[in-house]
Amino acid sequence: MNQPNKGLSIREMIEANKKKKYSTTNVFDKVMPFLLFLSAFVSVVTTVGIAFTLGFELFKFFERVPIAEFLGSTEWYPLSADQRFGVWALVMGTLQITVIAMIVAVPLGLASAIYLSEYASERARTILKPILEVLAGVPTIVFGFFALSFVTPILQALIPGLQIYNALSPGIVVGIMIIPMIASISEDSMSAVPKKIRDGALGLGATRLEVAIKVVMPAALSGIIASIVLGMSRAIGETMIVTIAGGSQPNFEFNPLNAIQTMTAYIVQIAKGDAGYGTIEYYSIYAVGALLFVFTLVMNLFANWVTRRFREEY
Amino acid sequence: MALPNSEFKNTKNLMDRDSVSQRIKRRLQLNEIFKYIFLAGLVFALLVLSTLIYDVVSKGGGWVNLDFLRNFPSRRPEQAGLYPALIGTFWLMLLIVPMVFIVGVGAAIYLEEYAPKNRITSFIEVNISNLAGVPSIVFGLLGLTIFVRVMELGNSLMAGALTLGLMSLPIVIVASQEALRSVKMELRHASLALGASKWQTTFNVVLPSAIPGIITGIILAVSRAIGETAPLIMVGAATFISTTPSSVFSDFTALPIQIYNWTSRPQAEFQNLAAAGIIVLMTMLIIMNSAAIYIRNKYTNRH
Repeated sequence: MNQPNKGLSIREMIEANKKKKYSTTNVFDKVMPFLLFLSAFVSVVTTVGIAFTLGFELFKFFERVPIAEFLGSTEWYPLSADQRFGVWALVMGTLQITVIAMIVAVPLGLASAIYLSEYASERARTILKPILEVLAGVPTIVFGFFALSFVTPILQALIPGLQIYNALSPGIVVGIMIIPMIASISEDSMSAVPKKIRDGALGLGATRLEVAIKVVMPAALSGIIASIVLGMSRAIGETMIVTIAGGSQPNFEFNPLNAIQTMTAYIVQIAKGDAGYGTIEYYSIYAVGALLFVFTLVMNLFANWVTRRFREEY
Repeated sequence: MALPNSEFKNTKNLMDRDSVSQRIKRRLQLNEIFKYIFLAGLVFALLVLSTLIYDVVSKGGGWVNLDFLRNFPSRRPEQAGLYPALIGTFWLMLLIVPMVFIVGVGAAIYLEEYAPKNRITSFIEVNISNLAGVPSIVFGLLGLTIFVRVMELGNSLMAGALTLGLMSLPIVIVASQEALRSVKMELRHASLALGASKWQTTFNVVLPSAIPGIITGIILAVSRAIGETAPLIMVGAATFISTTPSSVFSDFTALPIQIYNWTSRPQAEFQNLAAAGIIVLMTMLIIMNSAAIYIRNKYTNRH
């Protein structure tokens, strides 16, 4: 049957339609989702790569050093003739940095967040928040230089007997580095508390301070906790500040005035010193790296869980 | 029912205007005091930032000049420059940007436009947010093992760029996802209603609207990446080099590595050089971040 106005038979139209199915438009629609999925999958491959890398070399390390020594002792002398691999000495250095950093970052970060979300005018906030975020964009090498060349001399003038390399100075500077992170995540979750709730409390005669402490902060607690946990995770994984200003003396004691060595600083020290491929020192950085990865992974998962589990829905 | 009379019997106490007004006064005072304490917290952070900038500029300001940008590193501080580091950093940016653009935006498009809501998708999402929290030095270990040793790229630009690229990928993906999410549904529906296919809609309608947000994310991620030191130390970026890279498989150095090298020398002059290097690095980063903020402000609320 002919269709006079188009000059095509039904059969011809079907043919044309079939051809169109294999045109470029259709090919793109079939192929692209798969290619895009592959790009998304790169992240999974990366994680597998990290796990594989750490796990494989870790295995080689534990062939030579018993796991009981690694996790059970507190002496870390990888470079002496009588090698010791008790990782707790490095964990203690990391812990000192983390504790000092949190003492600095939590009060200052929360104070900044409360000011920005509860007191500051809209204009002040749009000016102050980006400036605070600049602090988050400063490379850690710059913070390291700042710790060694500015903070340490000041601290030495204040505290007699402070070594050039110590835990206090990098700890404080790591804390300063984390302030924007705690401030911005906490501020986000505090700003998310509806105005109605604030107005209710203010209407009952509460002051802004009482609203902030007794109403807004409890409502935003999940975000605040998450920000603190993420900040700690960042402090544990921080590398350059502690490498530059913390020294390289692994010690199992809590004395921020002495030189220390963190897990990250040890990895850098060995990688930089070109420990020969295949030596115990070479494999030991993977063992330390694996422990570091586990610590930060657990904390990140915990922070994720807290935000999801305790999110207040309004 | 009996009221807790004991408290209310003493009506005089309840009606005592003086004590009530005094309490209110104290609460308001406390509010005022804490307002300034909170402000002080914020101001302290900003003060540190300005101190840091002042410290760096006062130490290194006099050392930044054209020769410093053009010279090779030297044992004599007066002649030392950061030319190879500058070139190395530009090379890294040149390699990282297309890499994270293609893979990062591709991943974001998949997750926002195509991904079905199932376990695999949520697994990928969780995986990306965890990768964002992995310390950079662990990425360095990954780079050292996979790119330097297994793929035998050596201590090359390519190994460094791949390592930094993987590290910045999660930031790019999350930023691009947000940009795609902010594109209005009506645009997609209009395009589909006109007979465009899913891919035509995504590529010709959704992506162009999201581009400013995506570019902002990429600039921020790359500026974070080129400030990173630890992963580059791990893949073995040279700290002292007298040539510039001739191909992507050449040895290289980068600004943070050069700065680290100068920081770790005891002589005062090298500290000044480190400060001068920091001025150059920070200037680059501030320019990049300002560009990102400019793009974001220019293109927000256009639809």
